[in-house]
Amino acid sequence: MIEFFTENEQMIYFLVLCTFLGVELIANVPAVLHTPLMSGANAISGIILVGAILIMLKIDENDYLSLALGTIAVFLGMLNIAGGFLVTGRMLQMFSGKKKSK
Amino acid sequence: MEALVHLAYLVAMLGFVLGLKFLSSPSRAKNGNLIAAGGMALAVIATLVGQFYGVEISILKISLIFGAIIAGYLVGKRMSDRVEMTEMPQLISFFNAMGGGCAMLLAVIESRIDATPPASSLSLLWAGLIIGAASFSGSIVAYRKLSGKQKDKKAAWIMWTSRLLLLVFIAAPILYINGILPQELELLTYALLVLGLVYGVIFVLPIGGADMPVVISLLNSLTGVATALAGILYKNNIMIAGGIFVGAAGVLLTLLMCQAMNRSLFAVIGGKFKASKGPVGEEEEIEIKTTSFGEVATKLAFAQKVAIIPGYGLAVAQAQHLCKQLQSLLENKDTVVHYIIHPVAGRMPGHMNVLLAEADVHYDILKEMDAVNDEMNSYDLAIIIGANDVVNPAAETDEHSPIYGMPIIRAYNCREVVVIKRGMAKGYAGVENKLFGYDNCQLLFADAKDALTGITNELKVL
Repeated sequence: MIEFFTENEQMIYFLVLCTFLGVELIANVPAVLHTPLMSGANAISGIILVGAILIMLKIDENDYLSLALGTIAVFLGMLNIAGGFLVTGRMLQMFSGKKKSK
Repeated sequence: MEALVHLAYLVAMLGFVLGLKFLSSPSRAKNGNLIAAGGMALAVIATLVGQFYGVEISILKISLIFGAIIAGYLVGKRMSDRVEMTEMPQLISFFNAMGGGCAMLLAVIESRIDATPPASSLSLLWAGLIIGAASFSGSIVAYRKLSGKQKDKKAAWIMWTSRLLLLVFIAAPILYINGILPQELELLTYALLVLGLVYGVIFVLPIGGADMPVVISLLNSLTGVATALAGILYKNNIMIAGGIFVGAAGVLLTLLMCQAMNRSLFAVIGGKFKASKGPVGEEEEIEIKTTSFGEVATKLAFAQKVAIIPGYGLAVAQAQHLCKQLQSLLENKDTVVHYIIHPVAGRMPGHMNVLLAEADVHYDILKEMDAVNDEMNSYDLAIIIGANDVVNPAAETDEHSPIYGMPIIRAYNCREVVVIKRGMAKGYAGVENKLFGYDNCQLLFADAKDALTGITNELKVL
């Protein structure tokens, strides 16, 4: 446990600071934006795609099951990203479209 | 090359930070989304370039990766283009399931590649696996519930199983590391995968439909955590940052939503609504008064100030455009029209605002509940369309009511109230609405769409 901490000290600092930053960033969000924000945050969690790409390259060529699973993982990650951002954009579009008609 | 990739990651992380920051301010939200998306694109491209540069990679892998990316993009685009705004919550839940599924698969593959990881990696791996799996299956159940394909299920065994599973999740790594469990990592991973999936299902099953947004937000945050765990495993900063931002922001958002509904997170997770509060106060017979399109139109014609209180029923009936029509008609007669939005109107906080924005309703006449609740008596007429629990005075008066303490719109203070609903069905919370028995309240039984068309037509003739 302590060994793990000393080995990864920097990363743990990074982790803790990011946690607080994440909370602070959205602390003042008005209720109107809860849904788009949730959707946008959801899209950001699609960054797992990076992990999926990294692992794809580590997989042994002959391990077909892993290759298949990896491909699905990349697909799912990308689906999460593309769908998430596009749908958030569509939602927000409605807010701004209304501003133009003012 | 590696330095460049890290630099790109740093910029991408800034994109996420600014994106989230902007997403929480109404005027800049759209830019925020673009910035975050740009950061994401940068991170993915940097990863691809960094990994492919100067390394020989088989055509098979390259085509699989790019094929999957393109397919994922196309499917995602198609789904987001086609979705009706009312189905938004389901879709978010679905996309979240995809992210969770991705995290889950990563852990499975990792355990196939490396059969003897050190203890710390193993804990991360399994934690990521279980959280990812639970988030995946949980989001799918939430998705099915929101689309009305799945009913709530409450039972004692569900509660006990979920507690038991939690114990297993904690005990398994400890037992494995100490050599008590058989040392076949892959097999154990599959077992935990199945248990994780089961946990996700029974986690969401007992939770009531009204609480679904809270659950989605929570599951969203879980996916973030799973991502961050994978990031720690790969020592990849952008994954850690992105995952943790979402994890932390998701938890806060979850709490904010609970606050809006005056429910504690634990009550939501326990699926406690009716069960916890013991016997519901005696069911009194409520005498109701009904009204007709023509009568409502006359009332509207004489009213100076009208409050429209929309709920999910309005959205389901796709009647937001008709509502806007009625509003324009009234405004032409110099009647003041305000929409009063309960924080949890629709299926999610802010969902109703999106729906009304879609129908071109001006931002200025959307009033937040808290802003107008003390001056409700200044409205001559309140029209409640497809909302129920959020105007139930029992939340203020009846201590035994399961919704007691939930903030409500005090529609009963308006001079007259007309409730448009399809039938005497109860709201989400499954409680009788005391408002219907009030002297100033009349009911109009009709589908939101028919009712609004009818009233508008009558009003035109007047």
